[in-house]
Amino acid sequence: MPRTGRLTTATAVLAAISALATACTGQGADTASDDPKADVTLNFWHGWSAPSETKAIEENIARFEKAHPNIKVKVTGNMTDDKVNQALRAGGDKAPDVVSSFTTDSVGTFCNSHAFADLNPFLAKSGVDKTKVFPKTLLEYTQFEGNQCTLPLLHDAYGLVYNKTAFAAAGITEPPKTWSQFAEVAQKLTKPQGDSYEQVGLMPTFHGYETTPMRLAAQWSPTYFTPDGKSALAADPAFAKMLTAQKDLVAKLGGYEKLERFRNTFGDEWSAEHPFHTGRVVMQIDGEWRAPMAKEAGVSFEIGTAPLPVPDEQADDYGKGYLSGTIMGIAAGSKKQNAAWELVKYMTTDTGAVVAFANAIHNIPSTFGALDSPDLQVTPEFKTFLDIARHPKSSTTPAKADGGTYQLTFTDFAYAVEKGDVGDVPAGLAKTDQQIDTDIAKAK
Amino acid sequence: MTGAHPLRAKRRRSALRTTAFLSPWLIGFAVFFLYPLLSTLYFSFTRYDGFRQPAFNGLDNWSYVFTDYPLFWPAMRNTLWLVLVMVTCRVAFGLGIGLLITKIKTGVGIFRTLFYLPYLAPPVAATLAFVFLLNPGTGPVNTLLDAVGLPTPGWFTDADWSKPALTALALWGVGDLMVIFMAALLDVPKEQYEAAELDGAGAWARFRHITLPNISPIIMFAVVTGVIQAMQYYAQPLVAGKVAAGVIGGSGQQFEPGYPDKSTLTLPQLVYNLGFQRFDYGTACVVALVLFALSMAFTALLMRRRGGLIGAGE
Repeated sequence: MPRTGRLTTATAVLAAISALATACTGQGADTASDDPKADVTLNFWHGWSAPSETKAIEENIARFEKAHPNIKVKVTGNMTDDKVNQALRAGGDKAPDVVSSFTTDSVGTFCNSHAFADLNPFLAKSGVDKTKVFPKTLLEYTQFEGNQCTLPLLHDAYGLVYNKTAFAAAGITEPPKTWSQFAEVAQKLTKPQGDSYEQVGLMPTFHGYETTPMRLAAQWSPTYFTPDGKSALAADPAFAKMLTAQKDLVAKLGGYEKLERFRNTFGDEWSAEHPFHTGRVVMQIDGEWRAPMAKEAGVSFEIGTAPLPVPDEQADDYGKGYLSGTIMGIAAGSKKQNAAWELVKYMTTDTGAVVAFANAIHNIPSTFGALDSPDLQVTPEFKTFLDIARHPKSSTTPAKADGGTYQLTFTDFAYAVEKGDVGDVPAGLAKTDQQIDTDIAKAK
Repeated sequence: MTGAHPLRAKRRRSALRTTAFLSPWLIGFAVFFLYPLLSTLYFSFTRYDGFRQPAFNGLDNWSYVFTDYPLFWPAMRNTLWLVLVMVTCRVAFGLGIGLLITKIKTGVGIFRTLFYLPYLAPPVAATLAFVFLLNPGTGPVNTLLDAVGLPTPGWFTDADWSKPALTALALWGVGDLMVIFMAALLDVPKEQYEAAELDGAGAWARFRHITLPNISPIIMFAVVTGVIQAMQYYAQPLVAGKVAAGVIGGSGQQFEPGYPDKSTLTLPQLVYNLGFQRFDYGTACVVALVLFALSMAFTALLMRRRGGLIGAGE
């Protein structure tokens, strides 16, 4: 073979390999060309595992298949983000076409790496104005730098679930609204027993199930990043105030070590033996699911729900809280993206579907239509969380290129503060900012 | 010149034959060791997330790991601690149990079974059992310690006690070493003990001058496999940390391994965390290579020492 011929062949082979690699990694195509009316089977992966939840998914899918007879959906449940990520990278026929995940923190990674297709062109093609369908906060945590690579599929609001019977026994007539009231009530409800407790008003430590620094920080209306994308933990006083208030609360309730020892006697968060159910913890920072779960566990006390308290100086904003939820997207490598969009559109925007699913798994609907639907089953306990979801000052944590690594870094610092290992909180926050900026720059 | 050609052909045939016989090993070596190693080295100089094409980024990943990644040095310290302390304790304890059981005259079978059975427990189940046993508030171990007036440690919830707690877990599953040591101890020629006894050697002298030299290759085997296990230590500290931290799995919460205070964080956990949770394959490759270099260093050290031990045995 002449030299030029060999070169041409080598170039062609390289080009073919590059094209193949591009195809394998789902890069390249910006628009889907598959026919959504053709017979097709979609792989749909989700994370729900409880029988009632999987039943709700199956019923939703059955309704979708009835409305779209050409599309069959193969559902795989109990999938973690790790497994989803591996499958998306591996690709192939068995990889999911449609994915839902509980971890809104992963959205930045999903969008930044282009693991999921941008849904903006699909929304435009279907004439769906996302700003008229979904609340602003939910759109915030489902997109990254304009790439709407996921859409909200139900969501969660965080508030306070409390034992009304224990409140009444202690002579407390209403849930605390400000942080100082919260600390006072928590102390009043705490009953020490030797070097442990018979009951705590609240388990305040950040390892206490849903009591994460981000959920508490939301009550101070924080700004995590500056407009140019730099970490703003030190710049926004909200974080230092929250950490100081939390550390004080830990001290007032007996100190970190004593509380952590007691916390270690607790069982699984998702079991009937949750300490709130057994009466060992009177107030629990939790999502809208806790009250129905406690009722299912057959608790003997009356349950109340309320928004989380706000800092004393922000008393007017009482009612706000932290929001996150489940997200849904289309694998960028899927060859059936138009059909996949039909499923995503149905599950995330169809009012009937969203309401039915929300009623079945006691989550908050993620569309304006579903939130206002007369078919939505609203108990008094659930209404509190609906109101938190609707509150204009409720907030979420923004999607970043490093996924939720910045939150883990902040959480790590918060552990050190509550434990009493940090003398200078503002200086520590500034150092945490540096770490977060380094991690995000690296992820980009 | 005339005789050189057939000789060369013969040599070539011989070389080909040797290569053909060696090829199964050569192929295995190339596919399962050399290629992954070189790939790891290559990816360690790239920004690669599994979706986009790898992009060369020079020494960025290396400098990130050694200067900016806050989890690397704690994981390195923990891994070294486990290699030095846990392996030493396991070998000493396994040898001790092996010696004890070889001395027992009655009910040997029962004791062998009792000490071997825990080794058969799956690592995750064994860890869960230990987290329960060592629960600082309700665990039977602390209840017992409290009853006899001793201090009650925080075990898996206390950064100072979490690694000793993991070591206790490793000692509980020492059955594999016990069996190997027992076999080696029973193989030591009895005449040597009889001769030493006649010379007036005591128990310690017999152990020091007869038992130890005879079983030194087995001790070396136990140390080498122990170091390998400690370098790969992943499931037990992860499960213990997760359960003690109260993170069983929930509503999309992320979990950073190492609870409490990064004290149970190990290098293999970092490789998984970086590679398969943060999808920063390049940085994960750097940590993997550090682990590889560390393994090679320990191996070289032990192989040099092995020469001395075998010499003593001979």
